[in-house]
Amino acid sequence: DDDDVYHDDQLEFDSGFGNVIVVDNLPVVPREKFEKLEGVIRKIYSQIGVIKEDGLWMPVDPETKKTLGYCFIEYNTPQEAELAKEKTHGYKLDRAHIFAVNMFDDFDKYMKVPDEWAPPEIKPYTPGENLQKWLADEKARDQFVIRAGTDTEVLWNDARQSKTEPVYKRTYWTESFVQWSPMGTYLATVHRQGAAVWGGANTFNRLMRYAHPQVKLIDFSPGEKFLVTYSSHEPSNPRDANRVVINIFDVRTGKMMRDFKGSADEFAVGGAGGVAGNSWPVFRWGGGKEEKYFAKLGKNMISVYETETFSLIDKKSLKVENVVDFSWSPTDPIIALFVPELGGGNQPARVSLVQMPGKEELRQKNLFSISDCKMYWQSNGDYLAVKADRYTKTKKSTYTGFELFRIKERDIPIEVLELDNKNDKIIAFAWEPKGHRFAVIHGDNPRPDVSFYSMRSTHNLGRVAKLTTLKGKQANALFWSPGGRFIVLAGLKGFNGQLEFFNVDELETMATAEHFMATDVEWDPTGRYVATSVTSVHEMENGFNIWSFNGKLLYRILKDHFFQFLWRPRPPSFLTPEKEEEIARNLKKYSKKYEAEDQDVSMLLSEQDREKRRMLKEEWEKWVSEWRRAQEEEKLERQKLRDGEASDEEE
Amino acid sequence: MKGHERPLTFLKYNRDGDLLFSCAKDHTPTVWFADNGERLGTYRGHNGAVWSCDVSRDSMRLITGSADQTVKLWNVQTGAQLYTFNFGSPARSVDFSVGDKLAVITTDPFMELTSAIHVKRIARDPTEQTEESELVIKGPQGRINRAVWGPLNRTIVSAGEDAVIRIWDSETGKLLREADKESGHKKAITSLTKSADGSHFLTGSLDKSAKLWDTRTLTLIKTYVTERPVNAVAMSPLLDHVVLGGGQDASAVTTTDHRAGKFEAKFFDKILQEEIGGVKGHFGPINALAFNPDGKSFSSGGEDGYVRLHHFDPDYFNIKI
Repeated sequence: DDDDVYHDDQLEFDSGFGNVIVVDNLPVVPREKFEKLEGVIRKIYSQIGVIKEDGLWMPVDPETKKTLGYCFIEYNTPQEAELAKEKTHGYKLDRAHIFAVNMFDDFDKYMKVPDEWAPPEIKPYTPGENLQKWLADEKARDQFVIRAGTDTEVLWNDARQSKTEPVYKRTYWTESFVQWSPMGTYLATVHRQGAAVWGGANTFNRLMRYAHPQVKLIDFSPGEKFLVTYSSHEPSNPRDANRVVINIFDVRTGKMMRDFKGSADEFAVGGAGGVAGNSWPVFRWGGGKEEKYFAKLGKNMISVYETETFSLIDKKSLKVENVVDFSWSPTDPIIALFVPELGGGNQPARVSLVQMPGKEELRQKNLFSISDCKMYWQSNGDYLAVKADRYTKTKKSTYTGFELFRIKERDIPIEVLELDNKNDKIIAFAWEPKGHRFAVIHGDNPRPDVSFYSMRSTHNLGRVAKLTTLKGKQANALFWSPGGRFIVLAGLKGFNGQLEFFNVDELETMATAEHFMATDVEWDPTGRYVATSVTSVHEMENGFNIWSFNGKLLYRILKDHFFQFLWRPRPPSFLTPEKEEEIARNLKKYSKKYEAEDQDVSMLLSEQDREKRRMLKEEWEKWVSEWRRAQEEEKLERQKLRDGEASDEEE
Repeated sequence: MKGHERPLTFLKYNRDGDLLFSCAKDHTPTVWFADNGERLGTYRGHNGAVWSCDVSRDSMRLITGSADQTVKLWNVQTGAQLYTFNFGSPARSVDFSVGDKLAVITTDPFMELTSAIHVKRIARDPTEQTEESELVIKGPQGRINRAVWGPLNRTIVSAGEDAVIRIWDSETGKLLREADKESGHKKAITSLTKSADGSHFLTGSLDKSAKLWDTRTLTLIKTYVTERPVNAVAMSPLLDHVVLGGGQDASAVTTTDHRAGKFEAKFFDKILQEEIGGVKGHFGPINALAFNPDGKSFSSGGEDGYVRLHHFDPDYFNIKI
């Protein structure tokens, strides 16, 4: 079971001394100086945390009556003790006394190290399971995980048979949520003592666990090599900010590569504006699949680390005065950052593109009268859209414009785009994945408009152009197919689950539908299916629907207390773009084989269906004749009860 | 039709299918023309919510059960009260026997009284009517929401809050059968309706399902699963359809479906157990359903106080799955 597994890692060593540190190399002083020394120590250590009552003890040599040169300090929480050790170890009290600080428990640990070195045992090689096996499903189905009640289940989406097929199910698999790794190899679960990953096609064995007590959030690096875990703890002094612990593990070995400890102030993200979305993940990965870098926003700086040594590039952070937001290109090691306006207009806001690791500024643009800013990268790193809200001259309201950066072109040209009605509020924005188009939901009416633009219009390759505006839609969220070309315009929350499946190539609606009270919409990784779900945010109608890409409802599953629906991601295709093109051209040849298969399956289905119905009808007939018989038998009796009234048998 | 100020509780057609009786929480059962919904009259006299009613085969007499702890007999045509049975607790379900000489009545648990099933003899001449009970069966835990006569009045079938259906001997009061706990309902049974010939009956429950049972052996024959707690059930006398009407958990009242007019009466294929369609229109949960004996129309009564009368169009009779 999981519990004893974690005890091995000596996490919750209830020695009772987890909050105690030993400070060594203190001056040895006589009685008269006790108070003064104690005062100095106390002053230093109470800055870091709250020392427990009677928590500072400086032992005295009974013979010499002088201090022994070290002291014990006890805090209320192990986190404070650890922080004190980090901050004061190596502290120079004076030239002759440099603090050597250790956790009390460490002494015990190090004393136990044997004197003789014994070579580690070499365990016999056991081949691991093929973790990518699910990709080779004969029927080319996709998996997804759902959480409902206390169960977590992984299922195949068998759209041909309009149903799911179970893969693996477990009750209490996770203690809070589950999350797939970015390429679908692992399923991560979160527990009190840390996180764990599971994998395989159907077996979902536990592959590794990562100790992190009270972990709340996790994040994988894009290439699945690293796992970042986060926890936040209450400080013992309620006026302080929470203590944050972030660990970065190597996924396959479970080894902790680096940990970060500090106050929540250092790890909270963003300032007054420009934080796009949640503040997690704190460390954002850059450099695409190669996961070479990760960076965090700090006060007036961006700390960029590289994964060779897990330390800051050039051993220092990138200093950017007043920076409030940044985001990586999804494919290249380029950071886009935003600095808001300063000094009441003296220094304009700006957006900058900085290349890593060299930290060269590739491009920058000053923006005037900015009230807020949001950055959106296109999936291939080809374009960056910066949504800039600007104050009107009177400063009473704002209007929005977009700065569109063409990243892959020479000198990174920037284009400014304003909507036809520039006062329209922007409700949603989304780039077409792998494509050159984007969609915007805008407007102040209860039913806003949806506009589509292309960065590569047919007339003029270098300029952005509008393709169309759909007026008065019940939509507040955009969901592009992962392959582009198709999009679901969804009306969640207030619109109660309106769905429009739209073909952007033809600019026409394929279907409109409704999943009443839907809270989430997710395309499968292949772009063939869309899953809409109602989570337990709502009391009733919990469950999910599976639709085809063009809006045909394939099947629906109801599940009370529904918490999560997540498609299993797929790794990028190994096919070269040329090969993909060849397949697209010769689709008819390839599809013949599958069409034949489909026919067989549907014939089988009808046969099964018909058989089932025939049996049900037969069974029913038996009951009906039994009842008729009984009615006949009782006919006379019934008439008597009615004082001889004959005719119909009905009551 | 809007004739009730408060939520509907029960609907019943007479044998000829020309009259529809509705009961509601507003104390006043009402009779309507089943054809066009024209209101004919009301029966005044109760002091509490009226939970159910039944009408005699000759459409002359109406019996009603009310929360005011009485069951009343009425002259259908004149609206006059013929007799009042008094009980120690609210009366809930009423049902005339074959021949209309007996009536089975259930009463709710109240203070120290448990729920109970009473059998009263109904005199031909109302002046000769007495209060005497032929039989009293002290009930199981919880409210008994419906009790009806079995074939030839030999048995009484009861169902209620404890989710267990029971069959009693109508002469001795002895418990003859109980529904199997494994396959039976998991939550309170709210409604029960018999087939036209009484050979089988349908129960609806808050567990979001309805079940079809054989009356003589209490064998479970079919189960119909829906998404909402079921408040009312009805069976078509003509086609193999069952209709379920439902609502929402009381605890979820403020957070659920308030789409205007979208509470549905759901139609299922009786044999295949599959949903075939729904009829929308109520502004609140559906509490009562009844089919016209000719099978060509049905009515639904809602929490919204409305009775909705639906005549089927020709396509209904051609439904094929």
